[in-house]
Order: sequence, then structure tokens, then C-alpha cells
Amino acid sequence: MLNTIWLLLLVVSVVVAVCTGHVKEVVGSVTESATAAFRLALGFTGVMALWLGIMRIAQESGLVNRMTSLIRPVMGRLFPGIPEGHPAMSSMAMNIAANMFGLNNAATPLGIRAMEDLDTLNRRKGTATDAMCMFLAINTSSVQIVPAGAIALLAAGGSSDPTAIVFPALVATSVSTTVGIVSAYLFSKSGRFRETCKGGGDHDRAP
Amino acid sequence: MTGLPELSSAASNAIFLALLVGVPVHGFFSGVKVYEAFVEGAREGFQVAVRIIPYLVAILVAVGMFRASGAMDLLANALPKAFGSLGLSPDVISLALLRPLSGGASLGILAEIVGQYGPDSYQARLGSIIVGSTETTLYVAAVYFGAVSVSRARYAIHAGLIADAAGIAAAVVVCWLFFA
Repeated sequence: MLNTIWLLLLVVSVVVAVCTGHVKEVVGSVTESATAAFRLALGFTGVMALWLGIMRIAQESGLVNRMTSLIRPVMGRLFPGIPEGHPAMSSMAMNIAANMFGLNNAATPLGIRAMEDLDTLNRRKGTATDAMCMFLAINTSSVQIVPAGAIALLAAGGSSDPTAIVFPALVATSVSTTVGIVSAYLFSKSGRFRETCKGGGDHDRAP
Repeated sequence: MTGLPELSSAASNAIFLALLVGVPVHGFFSGVKVYEAFVEGAREGFQVAVRIIPYLVAILVAVGMFRASGAMDLLANALPKAFGSLGLSPDVISLALLRPLSGGASLGILAEIVGQYGPDSYQARLGSIIVGSTETTLYVAAVYFGAVSVSRARYAIHAGLIADAAGIAAAVVVCWLFFA
């Protein structure tokens, strides 16, 4: 998909440039953009390094673990199908906590382990369980407290107040996470996605 | 409603500083060698930056050509006027559309928006909030479900994309409240 979009951008640009007589501008923009990309990456590095340094301390001091234990009680309600004390609960909570702090490198292996733990409860291998869908909905709704990447880009561009977006982004991401949880819950209740009967063309047994 | 932007700015600074200072202070009293841990983590920042360079080059060049050719203006003129006044220029819309697919590509478009409209512009802020409130849903789903060979995702993608759409809508509203 990205292959098509990227190629389309290039081809359409040239076609439009020829039609509108902007060929010279387009050619000039190419080297300018490529240089700007690297310059931005340099500026980006500073803030990103600062943030990941701080977050490493959070990881080593047990702050991420403390966040994990704050999330756990809530998780029981979100995942009614998971028995108390099942390892999936802790791996999911750890993944969500790591994501909240923006520790993507730590979060991905934890998320994969959470999926594997959830799969041990899966009676129909190859089909996502309600818990897996709920976990993915939370995960893909973004739970990050501070969007460090965006701040780093704003700072690299020379913003006078790159952190101004922190609070608005937190409000927006709370909305998206709430909507993600609610829609996963509603889908799990709706007949359309019943775990046992998948509708048309399915070979599986009826309930 | 006066003071809402000021309130937001104060809250932003408070959250940012609380983490920036609170985390090392908490770490120090938990017996972490804070300086060494910081340096160790910061090294990763360099790797992250190196990893996004190819994305930035690919997207900035392509979108830059698209803009220079005049195609971006054609798109902008084709959009309803209300979109523009909400900060939804064609590039912000494409950021929203590409976000579920690729984190690198969406950061690339955000970089382009920052360069085009300025880092303190309404569009740059809206784009940043969109990046902060959405995730690379399709990518994460592919990685996580791939790890346990789940091929029937049921409603997981639907719920994820609905959450992204809600994040984008919330970003538009919140940005308008705080920065318009």
C-alpha cells in the first residue's frame, strides 16, 4: 500500500508539474527536501535522546512496574475471560505501562509475550479471542503520556514552545483509548462477531 | 472560556517537567545510578533518529515534489473551506490517513508540515496532537497477531481504526479549543 502511495506521489507530481509549468520548482525541491530530511533528523536526535534517557531511569527505578500494578486492578474488568493470576494479565499490564512511557523498544516484546499468553487460553487457534481484540484496541489507540517523537520534530523545526501540545494530546489520546475500549466491548457483545459463529462461509461448528 | 490556552500550556509544562525531574528524583531515591541509566537510554535516541532518516527522506522528497508541482494547492482548493479553517489541510489529512500504516511515514509527513507551515503553526500542532493520539494500528496488529499466527482478527482492526478516528476527531476539537 505504501509502495503505491509513494509512487503515485512521485508520478502525479511530475505530471502536474508538466501541466502547470512547475518543472523547475519540482526539480529544485528534490535535493532541498532530501537535505532538510537529514537536518531534521539531527535536530530530532537531541530531544529523543533526552527523553529516552529519562525513560530508561523510569524503567530501572521500577516506576514502570509501579504503573503496571496501578493498571492491573482495572484490567480485571476489561478482560473478564482471563482467570485471576494468569500470566497474560501481567504481560499485558507491563506492555501498556511501557507504552504509556513511550518505551516502544521495551513494549513490543512485552506485547508479543502478552499475545502468546493470551493464546494459551485460545480454544480456536488462528482466530482472535475477545481478550486479544480488547488488548489490541487499547494498544492501537495510543496510551502514550508524552508524544516524544512529535515534540522532537517540533523542536527540530525551531518551535518556541514544543511541549505546548502535551496536554491537548493527552486529552485527545484519552478520548481515543476510551472509544477503543468501548467499541471493542460493544463488538464483543454484538452478534456479528460472536466467537463461536462467524457467519457465512465458515466451516466451524455451530455453538 | 478565557484562559483555556493558558491552562493547557501550564498543564503541558507541568506534565513535562514532572516527568523530566520527577523520574530522575524517584530513580535516585530508588538506588538507580541515574546518570549512567540516562546515558544508556539516551544512546537509544540516536538509534531511533538514524532509523527514521530513510522515512524522512522518502516522504519529504515525495511530498515536497507534490507541493512544488502545484498538486497540493489543487487538492487544497478542492477541499471544502471548513476543512481549511479547522487546520485540516491536505497534508494533515494525509498524515491522518497514513498514520495507521506506518509510524515512520507519518512522522515524515509531520516533519514536512512543520517545515511548510512553521513549527508553531496551527497545522503543525494539530499534526502533532494527531500523532500523539493515534497509533500505527495496522502495523501493530500485523506484528502482534503474526506472533501467534492469528489470521482471523475478528473485530480487532475495526476497534483499533475506530479508536484512531476518534483520536483524530478529538485532536481537531482539542486543537481548536486550545490553539485557535
